[in-house]
Amino acid sequence: MADSISMKKLVTRLLGVVVAMFVFGFALVPIYDVMCKAFGINGKTAGQYEGEQTVDTSRQVRVQFLSTNNIDMPWDFYPKHDELTANPGAVNEMIFIARNPTDKPMSAQAVPSIAPSTAAAYFHKTECFCFTQQVLQPGQQIEMPVRFIVDRDMPKDVKHLTLSYTLFDITARHPPVAVNTGG
Amino acid sequence: MSAVIDDHGHADHAHGPAKGLMRWVLTTNHKDIGTLYLWFAFCMFLLGGSFAMVIRAELFQPGLQIVEPAFFNQMTTMHGLVMVFGAVMPAFVGLANWMIPLMIGAPDMALPRMNNFSFWLLPAAFLLLVSTLFTAGGGPNFGWTFYAPLSTTYAPESVTYFIFAIHLMGISSIMGAINVIATILNLRAPGMTLMKMPLFVWTWLITAFLLIAVMPVLAGCVTMMLMDIHFGTSFFSAAGGGDPVLFQHVFWFFGHPEVYIMILPAFGAVSQIIPTFSRKPLFGYTSMVYATASIAFLSFIVWAHHMFVVGIPLVGELFFMYATMLIAVPTGVKVFNWASTMWQGSMTFETPMLFAVAFVILFSIGGFSGLMLAIAPADFQYQDTYFVVAHFHYVLVPGAIFGIFASAYYWLPKWTGHMYDETLGKLHFWLSFVGMNLTFFPMHFVGLAGMPRRIPDYNLQFADFNMVSSIGGFMFGATQIFFLFIVIKTIRGGPPAPAKPWDGAEGLEWSVPSPAPYHTFTTPPEVK
Amino acid sequence: MMRHPHVWMGLLLWSIFSQANAAWTVNMAPGATEISHAVFDLHMTIFWICVVIGIIVFGAMFWSMMVHRRSTGQVAAKFHESTTVEILWTVVPLLILVAMAVPATATLIKMYDTSEPDIDIQITGYQWKWHYKYLGQDVEFFSNLATPAEQIHNKEAKGEHYLLEVDKPLVLPVGAKVRFLVTSADVIHSWWVPAFAVKRDAIPGFVNEAWTRIDKPGLYRGQCAELCGKDHGFMPIVVDVKEKGDYDKWLAERKAEAAQLKELTSKEWTLDELKERGDKIYHTTCVACHQAEGQGLPPMFPALKGSKIATGPKEAHLSLVFHGKPGTAMAAFGKQLSEVDIAAVVTYERNAWGNNKGDMVTPKEVLELKQAESK
Repeated sequence: MADSISMKKLVTRLLGVVVAMFVFGFALVPIYDVMCKAFGINGKTAGQYEGEQTVDTSRQVRVQFLSTNNIDMPWDFYPKHDELTANPGAVNEMIFIARNPTDKPMSAQAVPSIAPSTAAAYFHKTECFCFTQQVLQPGQQIEMPVRFIVDRDMPKDVKHLTLSYTLFDITARHPPVAVNTGG
Repeated sequence: MSAVIDDHGHADHAHGPAKGLMRWVLTTNHKDIGTLYLWFAFCMFLLGGSFAMVIRAELFQPGLQIVEPAFFNQMTTMHGLVMVFGAVMPAFVGLANWMIPLMIGAPDMALPRMNNFSFWLLPAAFLLLVSTLFTAGGGPNFGWTFYAPLSTTYAPESVTYFIFAIHLMGISSIMGAINVIATILNLRAPGMTLMKMPLFVWTWLITAFLLIAVMPVLAGCVTMMLMDIHFGTSFFSAAGGGDPVLFQHVFWFFGHPEVYIMILPAFGAVSQIIPTFSRKPLFGYTSMVYATASIAFLSFIVWAHHMFVVGIPLVGELFFMYATMLIAVPTGVKVFNWASTMWQGSMTFETPMLFAVAFVILFSIGGFSGLMLAIAPADFQYQDTYFVVAHFHYVLVPGAIFGIFASAYYWLPKWTGHMYDETLGKLHFWLSFVGMNLTFFPMHFVGLAGMPRRIPDYNLQFADFNMVSSIGGFMFGATQIFFLFIVIKTIRGGPPAPAKPWDGAEGLEWSVPSPAPYHTFTTPPEVK
Repeated sequence: MMRHPHVWMGLLLWSIFSQANAAWTVNMAPGATEISHAVFDLHMTIFWICVVIGIIVFGAMFWSMMVHRRSTGQVAAKFHESTTVEILWTVVPLLILVAMAVPATATLIKMYDTSEPDIDIQITGYQWKWHYKYLGQDVEFFSNLATPAEQIHNKEAKGEHYLLEVDKPLVLPVGAKVRFLVTSADVIHSWWVPAFAVKRDAIPGFVNEAWTRIDKPGLYRGQCAELCGKDHGFMPIVVDVKEKGDYDKWLAERKAEAAQLKELTSKEWTLDELKERGDKIYHTTCVACHQAEGQGLPPMFPALKGSKIATGPKEAHLSLVFHGKPGTAMAAFGKQLSEVDIAAVVTYERNAWGNNKGDMVTPKEVLELKQAESK
């Protein structure tokens, strides 16, 4: 085989492609994250609010709150009110209530999601109980606030949006003893 | 495993095949390895087919009769995995091994030892995969698309073996693909420029590039699953900040090109066969090459059309809808080219031609339903129904499988040195043709009427068509045993085949005797 | 040698599509919403375009196969390319595709309409049932498969709606814009009702949105469309679409039921609380006959103090108050008093005037009796 040198080069290059594509598979994770944040795919909420801090009093948006327990999550978990009306640019607050009715300390993680997806990129949380995991002692009940700003740039045709939280039991992965009771 | 070519001594070749079992275990000969691949693929075809028979038997009538839903899900999953990774892909690799060196005038594949290794990984992988069916928790039951979290948090224990098996198959495919690329780029006979290569070689070259581009992504995908299951990461778990939909994006980034991996080599084979039996050169060779390349390119930017109902923003839906519709253009060019090749030819309809013509027509029907599925708003109704099942079986059975049958009949004389029995071949074709249409055509109807896929039981309104499908399925399944008989009969005897058994055939593979000697083109032929 | 399978198939298709035959449903139903009609029209348009292209291409191929064969003495032509033709059959399909994309885009944009809905429903997928919540209405319930296991295991004849029937359907009003917020509590499911052309994946941790506006009252059936484990085939969807008035009535009933349940179950009633409440009820409702000290006015109105009923088993006592005593002045209070009030008054009677039974009847027990009666 006269081409043995170029053969070596070729195979090395092809293996390079293979390795690169394997890495690319993992790179899809951050790429996807960026795409989601940019386009609100899957209701991932946007980052920090950098827009104008003044309140847009000319219009109002209905913000609805949902709570779902993942299947094996026994906590009581619900928003204090089903919805509120928000002016874009203003900081709003909603309290969620969580209670651990079991006789064991447990840790939980709340996962937020926004519908419609077109609105997600215009929804900024300034404070959220979903940023950290929550630990509750047996019978303990807490009030957890979420503060948010609806972007002034949100498309005019969006008149309502839904903020949904799903509560997952992560006691097995993050035993509550190891974590400080955050309240 | 029957020796295909060993009973013909060739005095001019000092290195004949070794004797006995070790010949097959240690072989680095492209023809031996091609034979191994083809037999392995056929075994897997029967195994995957028997899973399909279980599915069709359960769906023969409404109600649960034969298997429980939990086992039914294992059957649908295993049927898909075995057919895709065990039957179709290895069969094409087998054809590539046998034919590419013969078509480009190379003495062997470029990396013969790796070739041996990449084959022997496959039986190991499938032994591992199929053995999970006998474990206490059962085999994989989450569909061949294994969507998280059904395949992670909620999976049976066997998922770890499944992941390992996928890794082995992936490594095997990647090595096979590297070998094909290296062979085609480096071992062509003098004068065999790229644009003189037979189309089968071209489509395989493009397929091999698709393989090395997407199989590593699949490997990454299952690795992430493995880490989620055993090492506490949360790539696909919402609880830890991951996203189950990400899984689908990664999977279909692999999955859609994978669909073309399973069909492009068949395009190539049919582009060899139709000119042969039309006795007329292939129409639009150059546009065929470009069409194949554009299909391969487009396959990377259409993946989310499998995910129209997961909740993609409007812009995304529109983009993926338009991109998907575009695929119809190069595919149409191919169909028109094949039809024009036949036009004003001097056609005869031997078995390979019958399969090839059926391929063009039935694959086009699969293409039509594919176009309908591309229309996002309509897809909201089709998605995950039997309409989709009908669509991809029309693409894969008369597409990939008929392509393989056509190739097998076309090159059997070259492989065995005997002509197959034409009457039996035609009978095999017609039984397959009728059985296949009987099985899959009614699936369009039940799908449109609202029957979801992957269910073990259904409402009475779907009963009649399901029974028809099952009868067709049993017929198609039984017919393939008959194919085994035809092949064995051809290996054992039959009219001796000349070097070029088809008068209209072109190409270097017909310049060597039939059966092809153990070593061919040790001195490269001259291509004008 | 070559038959004409395509011709037969075409004829078959034509005959099937042109006559509606209930037992052999072969096509999508136009459905019950504007969107579902638009989708159906789109489906048929693309279908017929495909049929026409198919007839032309396959027709040419079959013509060629009949005529251009060696057995008829044909000599193969030599041509193998034609730039004009090749450009033509690249451009023409492209134009056809553009023509298809226009209505498809229009329909898709309509589907993504975000105008204010009249009703919001949260749909949560579970292995293997659906949960519906009427947001802001305090009404929520699970919807389970209602087909008996005997039918599934072929021990009984299967009904018309085999596997497509549930215990509690989702009830919606006609003509209102309903927004669905779809999510899941475990694996991925997909909520699909063909008649509305609504199919949305239910993804754990995420909320998805879809909407519909239904034109006709009726029962609409669908199924989970994403493989979700063992009983994926056994979690149907039934939507009962009612006229506005009927819907309002239904919702009011459900709300009352829910409020009631909330009152009864949210509070752990103590003996003293029930006695206190029962005292008031007794002195407004019962006192006229049974008198302030439970002494009654025998023989017309028996005494409760030390009576066999009021000091006997509480089930019999509750039953008498609930059902009354036919032929006497004792009315059936089950229909007149709330569960709490019945529980309170019975508890009071068992623990007043020296009837120191010390036990109590809870509102929940009354509710259970009521529910048992209504079945």
